Amino acid sequence: MLEVSNLACSRGDHRLFSGLNFALHPGQIMQVQGANGSGKTSLLRMLCGFMMPDEGTINWCGGNTRDLEEDYYAEVLYLGHLNAIKDELSALENLLISAGLSGVELDEKEALVALRRMGLRGRERLPTKVLSQGQRRRVALARLLVSDARLWILDEPLTALDVGAVALIQELMAEHLARQGMVIFTTHQPLQVDGVEMRSLSLS
Amino acid sequence: MMVATGMKKSSMLDLLVLVIRRDLVLAMRRRADVLTTLIFFVMVVSLFPLGVGPEMNMLRKMAAGVLWVAALLSSMLSLGRLFSADYLDGTLEQMMLAPQSLSMLVLGKMAAHWMVSGLPLVLMAPVLGLQFDMPVQALGVLIIGLLLGTPVLSMVGAIGAALTLGLRGGGVLLSLLVLPLCIPVLIFGTGAVEAVSTGLSAVSHLSLLGALLVFALVFTPWVTAQALRISME
Amino acid sequence: MAINWFKYSAPTTFYGLAGKLIPWFAISSAILFVVGLYIGFAVAPADYQQGEFYRIIFIHVPSSILSMFLYLVMAGYAALGLIFNTRLSAMMATAIAPTGALFAFISLWTGALWGKPMWGAWWVWDARLTSELILLFLYLGFIALHASIDDPRRADRASALLAIVGSVNVPIIYFSVKWWNTLHQGSTIKFSGTSMHVAMQQAMFITLAACWLYAIAVVLARVRSIILERERNTTWITELPEVRS
Repeated sequence: MLEVSNLACSRGDHRLFSGLNFALHPGQIMQVQGANGSGKTSLLRMLCGFMMPDEGTINWCGGNTRDLEEDYYAEVLYLGHLNAIKDELSALENLLISAGLSGVELDEKEALVALRRMGLRGRERLPTKVLSQGQRRRVALARLLVSDARLWILDEPLTALDVGAVALIQELMAEHLARQGMVIFTTHQPLQVDGVEMRSLSLS
Repeated sequence: MMVATGMKKSSMLDLLVLVIRRDLVLAMRRRADVLTTLIFFVMVVSLFPLGVGPEMNMLRKMAAGVLWVAALLSSMLSLGRLFSADYLDGTLEQMMLAPQSLSMLVLGKMAAHWMVSGLPLVLMAPVLGLQFDMPVQALGVLIIGLLLGTPVLSMVGAIGAALTLGLRGGGVLLSLLVLPLCIPVLIFGTGAVEAVSTGLSAVSHLSLLGALLVFALVFTPWVTAQALRISME
Repeated sequence: MAINWFKYSAPTTFYGLAGKLIPWFAISSAILFVVGLYIGFAVAPADYQQGEFYRIIFIHVPSSILSMFLYLVMAGYAALGLIFNTRLSAMMATAIAPTGALFAFISLWTGALWGKPMWGAWWVWDARLTSELILLFLYLGFIALHASIDDPRRADRASALLAIVGSVNVPIIYFSVKWWNTLHQGSTIKFSGTSMHVAMQQAMFITLAACWLYAIAVVLARVRSIILERERNTTWITELPEVRS
């Protein structure tokens, strides 16, 4: 489980938040709320270890994530504002590589199944530069299907997605939580996951 | 429905191979970048005789130096792209979350960078050496020196590329940081050719280059990984 | 006697301490400069080979030594800052760089002035001069990198890493340049007297000490302004008498 204690973050001279405490247990989902510029993305990036907290600690299963390093990273799936997709590569190649980078060896069949579930049938082998914004986001989101990470950290996962895709994401989250996974995310769109209590964390 | 059932965990070596293959595929789909570096190298080398005159004795004497300096400059050209594309599209964030050490991925990127921008220079060097009427023996030593030295340029350059990630005017700054650090490679590389053309053995120079290569292999991936983490904040 | 050194590693206390120390270092540096240069230029005898020209070493040698020494000190502070994440160490490293670069530049300048009467050329590719030139490049790289990063924390950490890489490289560069120099049988600056006159030694040591004290005074002054700039939004800064007025 993820435990955050007394976390503080500042950008330049500006203190975004301080004294932040929360814990996320298996099967729980939490939405980080706050106005633009309140530090939502910074918090998520801190949880990923990209940023060093000014104060406080982030613990994973009792150990400090700073010391766990790769053992912790293996448990994390992060989806940020950037899709981490190469224009020159096809959707299939992109998924195979991003799965490979997260330590999962995928064969082509598994990858194709995942892409089709994301609604990309017939576009698997096109270079992603010809895909629309929403389709590119779907390619990035296909990683949710092929990852075995326990902690999902999703920064605005719903941007550029249509209604069908949003429903699919909600379904994937529900599956992940049912497997005792954890989700922490931000969104400006309504998102519900059936049968699970949605916790929320407000940054002001 | 979960697709990823019974997934295999990839080892460190798998990841290294994956990164190298990925970068090579990307380079093949953006061939123009590779070619410009190579053309730049050929052009710089060819400019020297035009600048200093076609006197063969002088050209023979300065051939190794010219080729090495040109190799140094053209490797600077491609360094800016080493991490910037992955930084801009978010792939670098994913790399930092890889379950293996970031140094390993960095090593993979360095290796791919060398294959794409260093190796072509080495292969091109004999032809250019003939332009300068280099004797065959000296040419051989030059090639061995370049083979040992250009990977060091890629590796030391990677530190600079990581430190200047996302900065305005990063390219010029990168050269300012990296070129002084590359001076030993230049000295030993040209020294080897000089030694062999004056009838001495080039072994000591080449083994020093080899030592630099090993030293760089051990330390630069880790240092570059640290630099990337600093630049990503 | 236990002194709490960590107390002084906080910018708040260090600011006051540095302010008190600067005049002492500055004044003693000025006195030693006057004494050292007087002995060097008036008391010490002329060299039997180089005549009066050699006297430039009383500036050249101390600045060369300090330019190299300061790079190591800078890298040391940079390493401390990276490892222990102390703000003051990073500020010290940043403050040392311009002074180090200045000494490297003076060393090159005086080296050229010395070279002209000695070899008839302003610049000879002597191993030490060449290394000094590369050292100047390393300083400039550090300063340029720090200046081009807007976020102060990233700037501190990135340039700290560069300084450490540079300091590992300095011996390799120095060795390779020396090797290169002997291979090409270049000229080497050597001081002729194996038995240096006592007055020469005295002058050399005194000017070296003067340069050292000058470096400390200037670095402390620069650290104070860096602290003021970085901490401008804190209350203790706004309560300082020199800020309020």
